[in-house]
Amino acid sequence: MIEVKNLYKTFISGEVETHAVEDVSFIVPSGQFVSISGKSGSGKSTLLYQLGLLDIPTSGEIYIDGIESVGLDERDRTRQRLNALGYIFQDYAILPSLSAIENVMVPLLMQGDSEEVARKKSAFALTRVGLADRMNNLPSELSGGQQQRVSIARAIGHNPKVLFADEPTANLDTETSRAVLETFLELNREGQTIIMVTHEPEYAALTDRIIVLADGKLVGDHLNK
Amino acid sequence: MEKNKGAWTILSTDIRVGMFLARRELKRASKWTTGLIIFVMLLTFLNLVVVGGILVGLIEGSVEADRRYSSGDILISPFLNKSYIEHTPEVVAAAKTIPGFHALAVRYTGSARVESNYRSTVKPGEMRDGAGASLLGIDPMVEHNFSGIEKFVVEGSFITAQDTDSVVVGKNLLYKYVPIEAPGFQTLKDVTIGSKIKVTVGGDTAKEYYVKGVISSKVDTFDSSVIMVDSEARALVGRRDFNANQIAIQLDPGADSNIAKAMLLDAGIGEYARVQTHEEAMPKFLKDIQATFAILGNAISSIGLVVAAITIFIVIFVNAITRRRFIGILKGIGISPRAIAVSYIIQSIFYALLGSAIGIAVVFGLLKPFFVANPIDFPFSDGILVATIPGTLLRTMILLVATIIAGYIPARIVIKQNTLSAILGR
Repeated sequence: MIEVKNLYKTFISGEVETHAVEDVSFIVPSGQFVSISGKSGSGKSTLLYQLGLLDIPTSGEIYIDGIESVGLDERDRTRQRLNALGYIFQDYAILPSLSAIENVMVPLLMQGDSEEVARKKSAFALTRVGLADRMNNLPSELSGGQQQRVSIARAIGHNPKVLFADEPTANLDTETSRAVLETFLELNREGQTIIMVTHEPEYAALTDRIIVLADGKLVGDHLNK
Repeated sequence: MEKNKGAWTILSTDIRVGMFLARRELKRASKWTTGLIIFVMLLTFLNLVVVGGILVGLIEGSVEADRRYSSGDILISPFLNKSYIEHTPEVVAAAKTIPGFHALAVRYTGSARVESNYRSTVKPGEMRDGAGASLLGIDPMVEHNFSGIEKFVVEGSFITAQDTDSVVVGKNLLYKYVPIEAPGFQTLKDVTIGSKIKVTVGGDTAKEYYVKGVISSKVDTFDSSVIMVDSEARALVGRRDFNANQIAIQLDPGADSNIAKAMLLDAGIGEYARVQTHEEAMPKFLKDIQATFAILGNAISSIGLVVAAITIFIVIFVNAITRRRFIGILKGIGISPRAIAVSYIIQSIFYALLGSAIGIAVVFGLLKPFFVANPIDFPFSDGILVATIPGTLLRTMILLVATIIAGYIPARIVIKQNTLSAILGR
């Protein structure tokens, strides 16, 4: 479960203060698939970075499975990201010098798995996203959709409590985007908590709940279905 | 949970992940870039080992020539208040019994003045053509077995035991070889093979000799001497007994000169003469030059080391900066900064080790044998390349440590940057 209380993220440039996230509070129960929507510049990605512990909020509280995460030091934030969170970035963010399976293996090795165990788990994760026959290919040998699926396999390979996706279909064609969404829905059906930023109403409609931001403020929060 | 893991487990995980990343980085890096970095490391290694090695080798060549041709492994010489080695025959007999004995040379030495135009009339105020020299009396056959210095004769031929009317002249005594014109410094002019010279010892004993040969050995003992058979030298210095001025002992290869010296002292030789190993007998100025050249070599090598460290710093910094985003991604997915730093350190170690390994192969497989076969022809020595295994390994370690530090610092600078900024490239 994720609980957000009075979250602020303020950027200061000279004498100008910009509230990218302003007084946002909500609770995401375990197993829920949440989309964060809003226009460009509404603060969707900024909110996701705060929730995913990639950035430090100006004020407020974030509880991940009961652990207050805003006050953690950098080392503990890194551990929390490794053990509890998974990320899927808009531009895939996979490492070019590692093959598909090696990209997925890295977090598992960091968790203490042996190379053999990490390889088996990674192969399983890549098979789940339909890349069983592309495991040893380098990113440069994969299409955009395949690279995004490597990114998903890496994010789910170590069984995170929460999966964060920042506009995961932004760079993909419609068909590939639907396939990626289908993968998310399947993961969610298995109990995976997912928080996804999207500006596509069509994809947001597929999720359990839609949180809408405008100018950094939470202006809408409703359940689908 | 990782929090419960011990520090050692976390460290070993960081190292394991760092190695995993480094292996892939190296495997998939541009071969040209990798080759260029290793080439720089190779040049740095050669700079560290060869420059210092040749500087030390210039003196070492001289020291080694002195040991091999002149003083041997053990040198027995008179006490400072004596002019000869007492009981020389007994000392020689005792020397031949020490373990590892190979050969010895008994030599008679003294100071002499040689003149070439002594039959000419000189005008008042003019000086005769002469030079101060060392007198060296040898047994040609014994000297042949000991040093084989006859191979250094550059004109004419070497003396035999029957050549009681002939001498070999060291090249330092001849203007032809040392064309220095300075007040107080005299050499012999117009002396050729067959010329007659007058050798005067102690101001009143003089004798004429034919010049049979000229020697140029780069060993001062010979090059500044007038060399004659031992019986002639004894006669000139007025020696009626067989007490010599120098007994040089050569040992078998690998024999310990300190043990040999101890044996001689146990045999009581220390009561008759000074017994010194070659290192002990080496003149202080030579030791000082040796130390100075070593310091000079190390200073030049240190500059090379700094250049190498800066090179590695730049290479790793550029490498890390261009991979700043990927470093951010690694941190973003929970890879510890230490594991990322380890991956860069391992890459640095790889470059340094491979560069050093190729360097060691070049030094010991190519350069050292080359300089042994083709010594550098310096006026005072045949320069060789001095590179010992322990010394080379020490320099490899120094290079490795410098490389690790130079690799770690830039990686750390980039790793410390804000994770999100690195991922978003801002």
